[in-house]
Amino acid sequence: MTSAREVVVTGLGATTPIGGDVASTWEAALAGVSGARTLENDWAEKYGIPVNFAATIKVDPAEVLSRPETKRMDPSAQYAIVATREAWADAGSPEVPGERLGAVVSSGIGGIQTILDGWDTLRERGARRMLPMTVPMLMPNSPTAYVSLELGARAGTHALVSACASGAEAVGYAVEMIRSGRADVVVAGGTEASIHPMPLAAFAASRTLSLRNDDPQHASRPYDIDRDGFVLGEGAAVLVLESAEHAAARGARVYAKVGGVGLSSDAYHITSPDPEGTGQVTAMRFAMEDAGVTASDVVHVNAHATSTKVGDLTETASIRKLFGSDADHVQLSATKSMTGHLLGGAGAIESVFAVKAVAERLAPPTINVENPDPELQVPLVRDEPAKLPGGDIAAINNSFGFGGHNVALVIQNH
Amino acid sequence: MANTDQEILEGLAEIVAEETGLDTADVLLEKSFTDDLDIDSLSMMTIVTHAEDKFGVRIPDEEVKNLATVGDAVSFIKGAQD
Repeated sequence: MTSAREVVVTGLGATTPIGGDVASTWEAALAGVSGARTLENDWAEKYGIPVNFAATIKVDPAEVLSRPETKRMDPSAQYAIVATREAWADAGSPEVPGERLGAVVSSGIGGIQTILDGWDTLRERGARRMLPMTVPMLMPNSPTAYVSLELGARAGTHALVSACASGAEAVGYAVEMIRSGRADVVVAGGTEASIHPMPLAAFAASRTLSLRNDDPQHASRPYDIDRDGFVLGEGAAVLVLESAEHAAARGARVYAKVGGVGLSSDAYHITSPDPEGTGQVTAMRFAMEDAGVTASDVVHVNAHATSTKVGDLTETASIRKLFGSDADHVQLSATKSMTGHLLGGAGAIESVFAVKAVAERLAPPTINVENPDPELQVPLVRDEPAKLPGGDIAAINNSFGFGGHNVALVIQNH
Repeated sequence: MANTDQEILEGLAEIVAEETGLDTADVLLEKSFTDDLDIDSLSMMTIVTHAEDKFGVRIPDEEVKNLATVGDAVSFIKGAQD
């Protein structure tokens, strides 16, 4: 049934630690490539930071953007613009009146490099040297505002902030914008650029980062018994979402549909997930009800799985709780094993992966799982991509954030 | 150390090119910042910040509105250095 409320994906864009666009990122993901590398700087020594590696962006935006663009945008906005241009071209650069076009590109942290550079400038050189573009560059809504300017989006420009769930929440909000009739097309996603000694030291202080300095490529290992934390990543991903009617009217190529959105919050702890997984279960259940699918329809889950001791297991326990025996036929992928954790960009790139998985019937692998945690409760795609079945299928992308935010998106074949 | 008019023009052209993406060859003395080079107020203040740094001068905010053309800016910087 095609109704005005059905929302489809017609364009994809990304720039990540494993590729400068969607094609190279997806190819690297299927091949099990790690984007983590040793940082070529003196941060660890100079500041005593216990971590000297991260999943840095594969293609410097300076190679793709003009010099003035890189000077007036924080890296978080630069990544978002790179991903947006790719996604928009991929969608066939649809002709849509600005009043019917929205932009929802989130960041978990915002323009933190600009904030910290500005503070350095002030302390070292005084207020007279502060650049006039500092405020528009540091705003967390700067990436989405630049996307709005780029495309002339006037139906509303938003930036939802929910830490590591931000990118997925942006996609969910975009779906609601189209369903409610506010827009026909919405460009949605997430971005993050926080590889700087301060956030690195701060995440290390929260004891959530992997300390596997001698072997960065094997540091992000969700569900492996020896996992010791996440790998800080950076990058952006953007999806062009469109009402099915609008897409059909212009003969657009459709990758998949976003059939359901589920949101909940734990109200349990500022960083730890509720060990009962109640909020996670609620988000997935809402998303499935919204999409009109049952556990037996869901063949693939792109897990939030960041490679932390507690978080990874809570999620699979939640899936098992909700799915029961139907969890046995779920192909679970933890793509952060390759990309690292893109924070506000994570829910967006993982939405792109879930869309590609449904469109190509191929679940990406989870690398570095040498000894699966015996408490893992869902079949895991390891090392090689796994085929997904034909016919009508559904996938779930889960994204959870510090603060107790839970977002589940149901992606279905169209 | 004071610069020649030509050195100031070349230095200013580099700053403007970095900020706007224009070719340095387009930044000529008679060009208007707003009408010819399409520079908005935020960009103009960015150029002023970089120019102060590069030429070791102070360009007060109330002076910036008087700098209509590239030549005006070169003259002001020259005068401030002398």
